[in-house]
This record gives sequence, structure tokens and C-alpha cells, in this order.
Amino acid sequence: MTTGAPLVAPGQGRGLLDVLDRRFLLRLIVRKELRVRYRGSVLGMAWSYVKPATQFAVFFVAMGLFLRLGDQIEDYAVYLFSGIVVINFFGEGFGNATRSIVWNAPLVRKIYLPRELFPVASIYVSAVHFFPQLVVLLVGTVIAGWRPSAAELAAGVLGLVIIATLALGLGLLAGAINVFYRDAENFVDLIVMVATWASPILYSWEMVRDTLPGWLFTVYQLNPITAAVELFHYCFWFPATSRTAEMPPNLWMWGFVGLGISVAVVFLGQSAFRRLEGRFAQEL
Amino acid sequence: MTTSIEISHVQKRFTLRHNRSLKELAVALVRGKDLSDTFLALDDVSLTVQEGETVALLGFNGSGKSTLLKLISGVLQPDSGTIGTRGRVAGLIEVGAGFHPDLTGRENVLLNGAILGMSEKQVQQRFDDIVAFSEIEKFIDTEVKFYSSGMFLRLAFAVAVHSDPEVFLIDEILAVGDEPFQRKCLDRVRQLRDEGRTLVIVSHDLDMVADLCDRGVLLEKGVVIADGESHSVVEKMRQG
Repeated sequence: MTTGAPLVAPGQGRGLLDVLDRRFLLRLIVRKELRVRYRGSVLGMAWSYVKPATQFAVFFVAMGLFLRLGDQIEDYAVYLFSGIVVINFFGEGFGNATRSIVWNAPLVRKIYLPRELFPVASIYVSAVHFFPQLVVLLVGTVIAGWRPSAAELAAGVLGLVIIATLALGLGLLAGAINVFYRDAENFVDLIVMVATWASPILYSWEMVRDTLPGWLFTVYQLNPITAAVELFHYCFWFPATSRTAEMPPNLWMWGFVGLGISVAVVFLGQSAFRRLEGRFAQEL
Repeated sequence: MTTSIEISHVQKRFTLRHNRSLKELAVALVRGKDLSDTFLALDDVSLTVQEGETVALLGFNGSGKSTLLKLISGVLQPDSGTIGTRGRVAGLIEVGAGFHPDLTGRENVLLNGAILGMSEKQVQQRFDDIVAFSEIEKFIDTEVKFYSSGMFLRLAFAVAVHSDPEVFLIDEILAVGDEPFQRKCLDRVRQLRDEGRTLVIVSHDLDMVADLCDRGVLLEKGVVIADGESHSVVEKMRQG
């Protein structure tokens, strides 16, 4: 029947490449995750609007009105929301990817399948939640008078790719560690909380430049999330304003640096994942 | 003859780590107590299975049968030694492992088919056969959590036997459903055997597996202590 096939060692796949071969399974896992997430829920998918809407309202009132950031940053609502969608995509993807292996313990323990499927599916699910928010953002920015150029649109795409890549890489790493030490998921929640403030989502990058010493500002810009948030500002906010705001220098360069770092993180995450993967089944 | 499964000098040790919190680690450090407790599940196991062979893995609880099956399916990795398999392996380590209670029967069939390595087309082609085999047509669009355990197992088994693998690993799943359905499952397994597929079966129903399989392999505390014609190995096991 299979005389041609070679003897292969079971359970040693090609990692993320195997995920590409099993897109049908990936799609079903994503559908399952979405279904399970909203079981017994009246609002269902609408929850993915409620959370960012609340977040937006709280920040807008506290930061924009009370702390008067709205006076300094033109169209602060659009500015704020274009950062919020980025960090939500990152936070949800990274957080769920970290928990994905443990959540799918019954499968991991009993059937061999490329385990990278689970973190990838988590990123996929968070992308499904991201797109409705993007639509809301688009509506808002169009109302504010959005006239983007092709380059500005491309910046948005790059920002999205950076975030998805970074979340996947970190999620692979943290997801593998989480199997052994459940501390990882709490640690990840902490990182996501800090990340919201460690990138120019609520305030402008100029405030950071004017406050931090030069080298620390460089570190700040090395953060791929900072790059992605600024690219999103450049895509969704800047073209809706009078175009007088100062965008960070070398925006594209930092964007590609951020992408490079994110890709490196994927390689790191994948190699750590593969090293630990052999012991997943017995540890869960 | 082609080799279907080749296991050589495989060893598998489990670490039973009881305590891992910071407090417990500190206490253990102070007392100089070793935290890890290990357990040798398989010790230098070598086994070659030819294509089309049907092998019963025998042994009492804790003898390492399920561990060996998990190693063959790739769920676990050996500490030392090598394992090779030829063709697609479907490991039924536990029936319904990939079933999710919040999905309907239909969705679970798709998901499980995909998990067991079927393509979208294959699942769709065999969908009706799967449902017919499980005899739960009426409930296929009901969420699985409302199924009785019998219905659940039937559907899970039906997906598995339709997944068309070259190597079939079966762990205690022939105890599925009522007697007529069990007979149906056994018929199906025999059919797979007659089609020349490689089967490795773990079961505590000794007479049944002895009849079903040509070869028996007896494990005791992780060591192969007998390997031969299934009935004689079962006899040996009974004698102790």
C-alpha cells in the first residue's frame, strides 16, 4: 500500500510549515474557538465591540478631557482608537496564544498534530476580532476627513504584519513555557498591561522624546509595538488631520526594524517551542 | 514484506514532579531533598511490526502499553532509542479525544476528521458513511454535550475508522457502546485488517484481542517479556 513511503520518526513535524499544510484543520480550530468563546452568550461576537468601546470611552474621558491631551493632539479620538485597536489585537493574540496549548490539553495529550496550530489559531481568532474594530476606526476617521495616500495605507498594512508576527512569536514562546509553568500566563497579562503604556497609544511620541534620555528613547522606538502604533497613526490618523503634526523621524526605518525584530522573535519562539514540544504531552 | 513500525531500544522515563511552587521549591532546597521522582515506563523496548500485521499489546495496568502506543503515534517522544513509522498513523489513544462538547455532531465529525489527517474533500465524501455507521442521524446537528456516552463513542469511533490510515493504533476502544454496536466495530476492525492495514491494539478483553490479532506482545513493567502467536501469549500472561 505504502511501499514507497520512508520510515519516519513520529511526532517530529516541520513546525509552522506543517500548519500551512493543514489549513483545513486550522480553519476548523478557529471556528471552534469562536464558537466556544461565545457559547451561551446573548451578545456573542458583539462583545468584541463592547470591550474596545468601553476602553475607548474611559481613556477618552480620562486622558483626552481630564488630562487635556485632546487639546494637544488633533482629532484625539481617532488618534486614541487607532492605537487601541493595535494593542487589543496584540494583547488578545499574545494572551490567548500563551494559553492555547494548555486549553487544548486533551488534544495535545492524546493525538499528535502540529501543536503550532493552536497559537496560530489564537492569532487568527484575534484577527477576526480585530477587523470589526478596524471598520469602526475607518468610519471614525472618514468622518474626521480621512484622505490617505498609498504610502500611508501601506504603513497600516506593515503595522498589522508587525503585530501579528510579534504576537505569534511571543505566543509560541510563552505558550510552550506555560505548559511547564503556569506563571507564564500571568506574566503575559502583565506584559500586555505595560505594553499599553509603553507605546504611544494614549499620548504622543514627542512627550517621550522630550522626557527620556536619548538612548532610552531609542530603546522605546525599538519596541515593535511602538513602530506598529506609529505606522497605524500614520495610516489612520495623520491623513485625517491638517497634516501639521510631527510624525516620528525615520518612521519606515523603525517599521522595518520592528518587523525584523518580530521575525526574529518568531524564529526564537519556534525553536523554543520545538525544543519543549516533546514534553508537552506528559506535562499536561 | 515492508516494515511498518520499527521501534529500537526505546526508553521512556516519566518525571513525577509533585511540587513546583516557589515555597515548595525553597523548602526542598533547604532540606536538600530531590524534587523529582522518576518512573521508568519503558525500558529498552525493541519491536518491529510488518505491514499488514495485527499486534495485540498485552500487559497489566502500568505495564507501559499506552505509553508505547503514544510513542508510536508521536504524542510522546522517547528519551533514547528510535521509532520509525511508515505511512499515515491514526492513533486512537482515546475515543473522542478531539471532540468538543459545545460543537454539534456534524462540526465534531469535520474537526475530528481533520485532526486525524483527512482532507476537506475526504471528510465530505465520507460524511454520510460516518453518520450512517454511527447510527445517530437524528442527532447529528445536536451539540455533543447532550449526547449519551454511547452515542458519543459511536460517533467518535465512526470518524476514526473512516480516517483511512495505513497504521491504526487502538487503545481500549473496542469497549464501545452496546453489544450490537461492538460487533459492528469488531467487524469493521476485521475489515481493516483484511485490507492489509497494520493494527496495534491494546485491550483488556484478552479473548477478543487474541482472536482479532495474529501476534501478541506482552509487556511487564516496561519490558517485553513475550512476543509470539497471540493466543499463546495470552495463555502465558494468564499463567503469570
